[in-house]
Amino acid sequence: MQLTDRELWGVIHGMGLGALFLLAFGGGLAGLWSLREGLVTPEGVEERTPRLLVGTWVMAIVAWLTVLVGTFIVYPWYRAKPPAGVTDLAAYPRVLLLSNPNTAQWHQFGMEWKEHVAWIAPLLATAVAFVVLYYGAQLIRHPEVRRALLVLFTLAFAAAAVAGLLGAFITKAAPVA
Amino acid sequence: MTTMGQPKPNGPAAAAILAAGIGVFVLGLMTTLAEASAALGNALTLVSSAGPLSGKVAVAVLADLVAWIVAGLAWRERDVAFNRAFGITLLLIAGGFLLTFPPFFDLFAAKG
Repeated sequence: MQLTDRELWGVIHGMGLGALFLLAFGGGLAGLWSLREGLVTPEGVEERTPRLLVGTWVMAIVAWLTVLVGTFIVYPWYRAKPPAGVTDLAAYPRVLLLSNPNTAQWHQFGMEWKEHVAWIAPLLATAVAFVVLYYGAQLIRHPEVRRALLVLFTLAFAAAAVAGLLGAFITKAAPVA
Repeated sequence: MTTMGQPKPNGPAAAAILAAGIGVFVLGLMTTLAEASAALGNALTLVSSAGPLSGKVAVAVLADLVAWIVAGLAWRERDVAFNRAFGITLLLIAGGFLLTFPPFFDLFAAKG
């Protein structure tokens, strides 16, 4: 049982950082959802704010790490072109997918959307993390801002979920190995 | 509650949120424009191993940062119409999602 360097980076990109992202999203979403006057005492706000900060910042940082690793480490292996004369395309996932009409859409739709939509997640998650840091415990006094953060946080997760799901399917069809 | 201090203006929060929307929209715009123009696609290839994607994301992040700095400075100590800024942000995000969607940007793909 062993992993090549490429498989290891694929696991870090998709499963390691992906799992952390999911955990941070759950924590951040619960924190933002319940931060409502009438539901939380002043002491409760003080107690929850650091956890909310950690959840949102971990999600933002993990989102950046995921797209940076994906774009600049894993993606170049995916899109590499085989030298002339090479017939075994297993090490060239993009070319392998495009070589068969039954799998071409995994690249033409799946990868083309995944590689772009994934970058929406860190842009939105960073704005959410900044606003939580800016307001701190005062966020409870700004319900319109809290609602906006909930929407943006969820959109960041949705973008990452689309990218993650497509990534899992593409890896199944043509792994970076 | 004594630890909350003076109420803070919402300008910096609105600036961060609007800038993120601008970043998302520019990402989508670069994606569609690079599909329509091979020359732009080549120009966006900042890192050869990652291809045009490297430039698209660099331009989007730069747009986000510049918008954040400009709006952040302009709204630093102000209360702004937050719901309006957020509404514009949602439109920009929707545009960004659409412009990164392959069936949409393929409509503008350069022929040949």
